[in-house]
Amino acid sequence: MNVNVPLPKQETPAEQGLSIVDCDIHPAPKSVEELFPFMAKRWQEHLKTYGSHVRQGLADALAHPRMTPDVARVDAWPDDGSTPGSDPEFMRRHHLDANGVEYGILIPLGRSGSHQRNLDYGTALCSAVNDWQIQKYCEFDKRIRASITVAQEDPAAAVAEINKRAKEKRFVQVMIPPRAVEPLGKRRYWPIFEAAVANKLPIGLHLGGMGGHPSTGSGMGSYYIEEHTSNVQTMQSLITSLVIEGVFEEFPSLKILLIEGGFAWEPALNWRLDKHWQRFKSEVPHLKRAPSEYVREHIRFTTQPIDEPDNPRDLRHIIDWVGVDRLFFSTDYPHWDFDDPRYALNNAGLSVAEKKQIMSGNAKAFYGLQ
Amino acid sequence: MSKETIANATPSRTPGLFGGEAIDCDVHIAVPSMNVLVPYLDDYWREAVETRGLERHKMNVTGQPPNAPIFARPDWRPSQGEPGTDLATLQLRALDAFGTRFAILNCMYGAQALHHEDMSAALCGAVNEWIAREWLDRDPRLRASIVLPIQNPDNCVKEIEKRAGDKRFVQVLLPAMGEMTLGRRYYWPIYEACERHGLPVGVHAGSTYRFAPASTGWPSYAFEDYVVQAGGFENQLLSLVAEGVFAKYPALKVVFMESGFAWLPPFLWRANKTWRGVRAETPWVKQDPAIIIREHVRVTLQPVDAPVDGGKLERVIEQIGSDDMLLFSTDFPHWHFEGLDALPDSLSPALKKKILLENPLATYSRLRDSAPKEIRQ
Repeated sequence: MNVNVPLPKQETPAEQGLSIVDCDIHPAPKSVEELFPFMAKRWQEHLKTYGSHVRQGLADALAHPRMTPDVARVDAWPDDGSTPGSDPEFMRRHHLDANGVEYGILIPLGRSGSHQRNLDYGTALCSAVNDWQIQKYCEFDKRIRASITVAQEDPAAAVAEINKRAKEKRFVQVMIPPRAVEPLGKRRYWPIFEAAVANKLPIGLHLGGMGGHPSTGSGMGSYYIEEHTSNVQTMQSLITSLVIEGVFEEFPSLKILLIEGGFAWEPALNWRLDKHWQRFKSEVPHLKRAPSEYVREHIRFTTQPIDEPDNPRDLRHIIDWVGVDRLFFSTDYPHWDFDDPRYALNNAGLSVAEKKQIMSGNAKAFYGLQ
Repeated sequence: MSKETIANATPSRTPGLFGGEAIDCDVHIAVPSMNVLVPYLDDYWREAVETRGLERHKMNVTGQPPNAPIFARPDWRPSQGEPGTDLATLQLRALDAFGTRFAILNCMYGAQALHHEDMSAALCGAVNEWIAREWLDRDPRLRASIVLPIQNPDNCVKEIEKRAGDKRFVQVLLPAMGEMTLGRRYYWPIYEACERHGLPVGVHAGSTYRFAPASTGWPSYAFEDYVVQAGGFENQLLSLVAEGVFAKYPALKVVFMESGFAWLPPFLWRANKTWRGVRAETPWVKQDPAIIIREHVRVTLQPVDAPVDGGKLERVIEQIGSDDMLLFSTDFPHWHFEGLDALPDSLSPALKKKILLENPLATYSRLRDSAPKEIRQ
């Protein structure tokens, strides 16, 4: 959080013998022209002529302005004033080196092809973003890994993109947004899950998306605090859909990581699912096990923004209920609500071994990072 | 159900499980047919029912298929008609069995989902009159929520003004999801009237389905719709806080019904943390959202959506950080527990007493005023 409070000097994770896998780093183009070398002329012209055509009122910005420029930490601006996240050299110095990042997973958000109503344009944009991640970031620093962005509303094109990228081992996951046109458990999206499983890739879902539905069942909230927090409920309904539609019965090896949606709510959701399953069993005979069993087996969570209960013991209880093995550290660099690896997990009452597991071990096993 | 059945149903004198020391804050009744409302409609709407065949227009709400197991416990079904339509069954199973001092009737009626705001106002008004005549007049233990035609706040205020003199109406009733988030200023005239008349705002699970019930879109199954209600309540809670409803109406109470409550602690933590980061946008929110919520918001007990054994329920209640928020409910005739096990055994005797009686009395000023002196203090 960008609050100018002097922090006590504390050892960096590297000094403590810890290394980090940061599961949520946001890259950004300095300008959209950066993507042009990876796009056919036809789509470059389309972008320049028609721009973004999405399911919301603002074409090139979110409709809840954030509280800091570019939703970024105030100290994350590169020396030349370009967009935070857009300068790999600055990112290396400011984040990867400073915070002892052993591996960093890119989560590209701006210019997402996933949101486009024109599916062919969306596919072209996703493909360009995929090439761009490798060329600009992975080639620059060997610690960086990329996500295969796909236009989930055109599953056939998404599958083709996954198959095309899977042999590049620096892609470690398929990335789709939690807010799509329909709940992601629906069968129209199953080819994407099938391709991910076939290529032994997990699916990462970072909060957001422009599926055209308001962020609550009662329309849009007025304020950023409502929009920010509503991503938690999005993750809850996402899990509900994946489980109840039977996705994990169909794809027993599918692995899911929910990114920046929190995790403290997961036990309560599991209890709710299991309790009411007792009454709704006859509606969903395709479920062979209690819903929470699917959730616990298939779904993992990143830690940022870490919850801060008044009583830190509550966080420890939650972590015990979720399971240390299901939590993956993330910073959300360079965004304002960044979790500092020196402090974020300190109040959770974790042993050194548990902290190491969350900081890096779980993600390494999940992504097959050596 | 014939008039005779109702008239002959005399309340049992057995003390029931709680011997009168319980207030059931969520009991459901259902309108069996629009025909029962016709006597309470004005000439225009009576004619409309006749000429348009409105009584043939099914008014079941999408979120609550009446034959789904969760919405009707097998032993709480009347011998005839849909669950919640028979006074005698309700008296026997909900009131006598539990030894209920007062029970608050909630009628989830499809008028709230109509698009014609005047038709909704007419039908909701008729439902409220029907509740007064056919239920409240027939058992002194019954209280009710005023069904509001939520399509139009002016119509809501008119209905509140019309019912407020009848102290047996103890709160207003809104569905958890509708056309706009509930904190929006559009709805503030309702809250002004509620605060003035000492009526909590009851928000019950359900949606008018103006939008998909979740930001992820339209789910396939009723099971999903039911589970994601909790998220709908979370969104509404933050809306009420962020828009400043409780700053503007400091005496207002909001009661979430059939919402579950295990989701509350992580919601409160997240709301607090995010508020600390972005509070500059809503300067009228001057305290941690959790503090505001603990003061103004109450939740009914059933369905208990945390495991009642293994210490988890107690932990959740401890994490909520308040003993004042839970209000006893059976959610009759919905099926969340067996027998009379509405109140988890693992709760402490002091907390049980608060949930059963003290918290409801503190929440509903109109119940305080009509409660016998011995349970009021």
